[in-house]
Order: sequence, then structure tokens, then C-alpha cells
Amino acid sequence: MKQLLILSGKGGTGKTTIASAFIKLSKAKAYADCDVDAPNLHLVMNQPVKPEIEDYYGMDKAVIDTDLCTKCDLCRQKCRFDAIYIDGAGNNYKVDYFGCEGCSVCEYVCPVDAVTMVPAVAGELMLYKGESIFSTAQLKMGSGNSGLLVSDVKKRLKSAAEDIDFAIIDGSPGIGCPVIASLSGVDMVLIVTEPSISGISDMERIIKTANNFQVKIAVCINKYDTNINNTKRIEEFCEKNNLLMAGKIPYDKEAVKAVNNGQTIVDIDCAAGDATKIVFKNMIYGGF
Amino acid sequence: MKIAVLSGKGGTGKTLLSVNMAVVGDNTTYIDCDVEEPNGHLFLKPKGVIKEKVAVKIPVVDMSLCNGCQKCVEFCKFNALAYINNKLIVFDNICHSCGGCVLVCPEKALTEKDKIIGEVQKGVSQGTNVLSGILNIGEASGIPIIDKLLAEEPKNSQRTIIDCPPGSACIVMESIKDADYCVLIAEPTVFGVHNLNMVYELVKLFNKPHGVILNKCLEGENPAEEFCIKNNIKILDKIPFDNELGTLNSNALIAARESLKYKKMFSEILGKIVEEVQHEAIVNP
Repeated sequence: MKQLLILSGKGGTGKTTIASAFIKLSKAKAYADCDVDAPNLHLVMNQPVKPEIEDYYGMDKAVIDTDLCTKCDLCRQKCRFDAIYIDGAGNNYKVDYFGCEGCSVCEYVCPVDAVTMVPAVAGELMLYKGESIFSTAQLKMGSGNSGLLVSDVKKRLKSAAEDIDFAIIDGSPGIGCPVIASLSGVDMVLIVTEPSISGISDMERIIKTANNFQVKIAVCINKYDTNINNTKRIEEFCEKNNLLMAGKIPYDKEAVKAVNNGQTIVDIDCAAGDATKIVFKNMIYGGF
Repeated sequence: MKIAVLSGKGGTGKTLLSVNMAVVGDNTTYIDCDVEEPNGHLFLKPKGVIKEKVAVKIPVVDMSLCNGCQKCVEFCKFNALAYINNKLIVFDNICHSCGGCVLVCPEKALTEKDKIIGEVQKGVSQGTNVLSGILNIGEASGIPIIDKLLAEEPKNSQRTIIDCPPGSACIVMESIKDADYCVLIAEPTVFGVHNLNMVYELVKLFNKPHGVILNKCLEGENPAEEFCIKNNIKILDKIPFDNELGTLNSNALIAARESLKYKKMFSEILGKIVEEVQHEAIVNP
């Protein structure tokens, strides 16, 4: 399956807006939302069917049996995540659920077997099998290891859509573990940037990150008309670095309205939608 | 007084609000916890920057001592170790630095070394202390950098503004853990509301006093405002959609330093937040 991943580095540049438009334009039979920390694609991709829901288990969490605990303090000393504390009221040893990373060092060092590692639900996976396959997930608040959940979202998409020849994947902001997990195995990345100094700085960092994965990289500029000088800088940057410039999309208040009505920008007649159609064509010519 | 600015969704105006609030008050420290994509320093352009590397511990094996028992491989919950072709291999990037493998090795073949994952930069911008964390490209987690940033905060600072990363996962939790007050900044879209709901749940979970700033407000309905009213969340202020503000911001200029109008606007917003924090301190000491 050929996969196109939409990334941006900076948040709020329009990843989901463009991804949803591309899904409509390409009549994609398979797509996924890998922004498990703040998923939004489902809000504009109305699904006629109910999803198959599966709990996502992250790392196990340590639990201390206070009846067995002899308060030797060894676990607290060895925990690298400062996740073991002494409860002020009862003077008992406790585990900070959100601080615990599940390494099980405390279980290992405990001389009286007072620590057990218990499975913990860290999120939910949703798979919609309607006319098209849509895989998405929601990480529980304050949870870590989102990279593993991203990998699960992609695995579920692949196994449910084995015969489908291409997929569109909405990514997450940043350059850390969920982004790295989303990049593995994709064929092409479209970076949605905006003409701000922040947007350019973040674009440069995400391009460096993506370069480690030997994927084709294309760039499009959203809200390009809000700062023409910065738009020129991005175009020059792409030319200098041999990146495909897939096009420019103007700022358009109609886009906000479409999204708020649960529509994509190509479902309505608007300037941003028209420009996105050109970006999409350029992506096809560009090899996707 | 520590004020954290967070949003769930990216691009709603966290850095805009944070840097402007950081320059309108006296004796303020700005901390950029968005270590994956730090932008605050682009606006504040701090002088006299001191850089300090941030390292984590990763295991190294002495193969002359390793007997191939693979106890470390079995122990590692993160699958950061593998024993292939009679050799122990360490996958640095997925290691969580828990130190477990060193503890379980019966031959003492494993020790730890420092691995640099990024840096902390400290400088001053016209009287405002500026602390930024920068994660190296290709590294998975910036949490050790955030911890270092929050520990570096100058003791004499009267006020600290914490610019958080987007989302509501572990990195955001880490950024707000010491905050006295959380400002949630939201844009008027259904995406904005969905992600506002997530950070709202997060600040409730950690019992953080909080209020909302509605940014990029257009005429007509505002789903984020409706959400706040429905859930009885304090709306601190509304910032209208404003081309002039947008252009200044896109050029990495701090609006409050460029014009009196914006200085007044952000001073008023900060004033309201400070009032809220003081009120909280009286009600919930």
C-alpha cells in the first residue's frame, strides 16, 4: 500500500484540513489519523458505521501492596522517574500513576515482593469499516508512549485494507515519538507550512526529521497570502533544497465555516478548496 | 507565580500569548517547554545565551564480560536490547534510561554512559529571562529537557510563563505539573473545541485552576465560546481575528513591544490572569 503522510512540525497549519480534502479528492478507500494526542480527522470525515473499538494497553503500571511493604525505600531510590512517593497521611509507599513508565525496576528490587506490575489502558483504537477503511485512536490524557499507539493505528489500517493500493495519513505536530512512528514505512510526506517565522523554523526541523526516513518530501504553503515575504522565503528554501513545492493555499474564512459544518474545504465552493485541488494535482504529477 | 499556557490543538496562539505576557510584566521568566518545535526564542531573541547540554543515561555493554545469558533482554520492557549473532545490541532511541538492565546483569557487563538528547538555552531579552529547550532531531522524548528547564527557573523571578507543547500527553502533563494556573487558549473551530475539551479534562484531572482565552474570534458563532459557557469555564478574554496582530506575529515580532495598543491589550489580559491566581490562592490556599 502506497502511503501519503501529512505533517507540519508546527501545529495548526492545516494538516487535517488538507488531509480531509485529499481524502475526498482522491476518493481514498483507506485513511488514518495518527495524531493520537489530539485527533480531529473524524470530525470532518463523517462515518455512517459504528467503529470497532479496542482498548490500547500502554506500559504496565506498578502497584505497591502496603500490607507487604516494609518501607525499605529501595524502590524509591532506584526509580529513575521519581514515580514512587511516601504518602503524607499514611506514611505508605505509593506509585504516581502518571509518572510510572512501567520499567518494573521497583518490582525487581523489592525484597518482599510487594510490587506488582498491572496492565493499564492508555487509549482507545477505533476502526471504521464502511465504504472506506478509517483507522484512528485517542490517547488517554497524560499518557506516554504515543509512538506505540501510532504504530497500532497504522497496523490496523494495513490489515483491514490489505487490497487497497493507497492510503492518506494525517499526522501530528512536533518531531518526537508519534511523528517518528508515523513516518516509518510511508512513501511520501506532504509538509503543510504557513508563512510565519515560527512555521519556517518548524518546517526545517520536520524536514530534517523526515530526511532520516528516505521518503519523498513535498511542501505546500497554507494561508500563503498572510505574509508574502515569508511565502517567498519558503519557496526559495524548497528550490534550494530540491523539495517539490506542491502549491499555495490562500487564507479563506469559508474554510473555517466548512470545518465547523463538518465538511471538507473541497465540499464547498471556495478559494482555499480550489487551491487545494491544484496542490493535489501537483502531488500526483510529483510522483504520488 | 507560575502560569502555564496550553491548548491541545497546535497553532491556536500559545506562543503569541506567552511571549506577549512575558514582556508586559516586570521580573518575568519565559520558559518554552515545546522542545520539539521551540519558537519563543525567535520572538524574544535573547542576548547572552548560555547553552547547556541535556543528557540521558543509556547502557553500554562490555562484550568481554557478557556471557550471553540475555537476562537484560528479557527484563527490558521497552525492547531496547537485543541479542543477535552472539552480540548484545542497544537501541539508544527507544531506551527509557530506567537502569534496569544494569541492575539485572549478573556479570556486571553493563554500565551506563551519557547520551546527549538536546540542550537548554538561557538568556535575557530586555529584562525578561528566557529559557528554551531544544530536542535534537531524531530523538523521541523531550521530557528530560522539560524537567531540566523547570528546575532551571531563576529563584528571584516574580512570575513565570510556561509555553507548553500541543496535545495532552505526557509532555504537557510534565510542563504543567508545577503551574499555579493554567490558561487554555482556543480557536473558534470544531477542531479547537475538541482539543480544548481534552486539555480541559487534563487540568481538571490535576486540579489546576484554569481559565480560557478565545483567540482569532470571528463574527458569528464561536463553538469554543459555547463550550465554555456550557461547561461553566471562566472566559478570561477574547482576542479578535486581527490582520495586524497576525502579520506582526508571523514576522516573529512581539506585538506588545511594537505598539502601545497591543501592550495595553496584553497587560489587561495578564492583569486578569494574575487576579484569578490571587483569588485562587485565597479560596484554595
